[in-house]
Amino acid sequence: MQFLIESGDVLLEGFLGTLRMLALTFVLAVPLGIVLAGMRISPVPSLRWVAAGFTELLRNTPLTLVFFLLVFVVPRLGVVVDFQVSAIVALTLYTAPFYAEAIRSGINSVPVGQAEAARSLGMTFTQTARFVVLPQAVRSVIPPLINVTIALTKNTSVAGGFFIVELFASSRTLANAYADQTIAIFLAVALCYLAVTIPLGRIADRLEKKVAVLR
Amino acid sequence: MTSVLYDAPGPKARRRSLIASLVTGAVLLAALGWVVATLAGEGLFDAERWDIFQDPLVWLGLWERGLLVTLQVAALASVLAVLLGSVFAVLRLSSVAAIRIPVTIVLEFFRGMPVLLMMFFILILFSTSQYWAVVLGLTVYNGAIIGEALRSGIVALPKGQREAGLALGLTPLKARLLIEFPQAFRAMTPIIVAQLVVLLKDSSLGYIVGLRELVREQRLQAEFFGFSQYGFSFFVITLGMFLVVNLTLSWFARRLASRSPGGRRSRRAARAAIGENADTTVIATRGATVGEAGWSDGGGADPH
Repeated sequence: MQFLIESGDVLLEGFLGTLRMLALTFVLAVPLGIVLAGMRISPVPSLRWVAAGFTELLRNTPLTLVFFLLVFVVPRLGVVVDFQVSAIVALTLYTAPFYAEAIRSGINSVPVGQAEAARSLGMTFTQTARFVVLPQAVRSVIPPLINVTIALTKNTSVAGGFFIVELFASSRTLANAYADQTIAIFLAVALCYLAVTIPLGRIADRLEKKVAVLR
Repeated sequence: MTSVLYDAPGPKARRRSLIASLVTGAVLLAALGWVVATLAGEGLFDAERWDIFQDPLVWLGLWERGLLVTLQVAALASVLAVLLGSVFAVLRLSSVAAIRIPVTIVLEFFRGMPVLLMMFFILILFSTSQYWAVVLGLTVYNGAIIGEALRSGIVALPKGQREAGLALGLTPLKARLLIEFPQAFRAMTPIIVAQLVVLLKDSSLGYIVGLRELVREQRLQAEFFGFSQYGFSFFVITLGMFLVVNLTLSWFARRLASRSPGGRRSRRAARAAIGENADTTVIATRGATVGEAGWSDGGGADPH
């Protein structure tokens, strides 16, 4: 009984930490992803290159290293911030390119004829994108965006290895304190993650089917 | 590069675009210059921070106890994950509910939680070495994802394939293994390879569960020689190593995808799998490689 009460508190604290990190990163990474995606389809070559370079660099760097940079290396360079901030910056930098790619692939999924028709009516790039392509892209963009968010949920666990209080860190604390209850702890923590990822996955699946029928 | 979204730029637009490019370039250069100047101001490019890299023993350590371990873990886990994924895919499509339902639940369970959590609990539940905890964690997690990809590859095949097999007198299991599975595997190869790149990246999570691989090795060495002096240098070298390996693999994955057999159908199957797949890199790589109507990057086979 003692175990249940005490671990419940630790678990709840961890879960809230995970959710807070997830929400803050989402709010920061999605706009950054939109900007990156916009740069990648823009007519200005230099913008495309910068966005592509950033995407390639971050996509091929392990998240552990991004965390390592922000938590251990950057403070040595004189920029000392709270670990919470470092963690959110790391997750944002890592996740934004994935959001950007999801958005870009959604834009690519709009049939070319749509843009051609708009162009042949004399619409400019901005008009074509704003009134014809993007409204259609939004629909097919949402499922991949959700999938990136699911991956982000799982990735927040890496922060637990870098002094942040979240679910994974809680599971470590609990496993140290109650060595005889590891299976229960494992299941409880896993269920907390699944409580976020499975419903999100279901929504993505359902939306995907809807979009598929519409097209 | 041309795009349907806008006209081929005329002289005026080209000039504007050039100006925009120059401005971006200038801003970037200024930012980069500022970063370099700041770093240099901190003395990060001083010889005393880099001198140990003249010592071959430092490199030997980074290679033997670092990169080599990372590559070994990833290679072993890749082989096991593909095998496990194949088993998962076939079992999940079993017509026997007593097999299908538990396997489905187990797959959902493995796919929905962080690999790190799995590694950690394999470590303490089975008291394995860190090495095996990382290998098995990666295997189970990626096996579940590859299994889902293969399953949707099988589902996306035309019905006639299976029917023809059954009509020839193959048992349902034989039809699945001999006719459907090989086709699905071929169609899904690009996705599987992309997932293996993710696996390689995730092997660095071993750092957190205490495996001595590249990230931990560089940290141990940096601390041994003095973190405040060498921390940055070791980080830069490690990042470089990861980038070389990962970019090579990503390039290979992309090449495979652009050569993938079966054209439209298998690509559609591949795309169907993305939706099911909860992992970012798979989606992102798919977005870049299998956009059928892609216009912004010429189909995006090469997003550079």
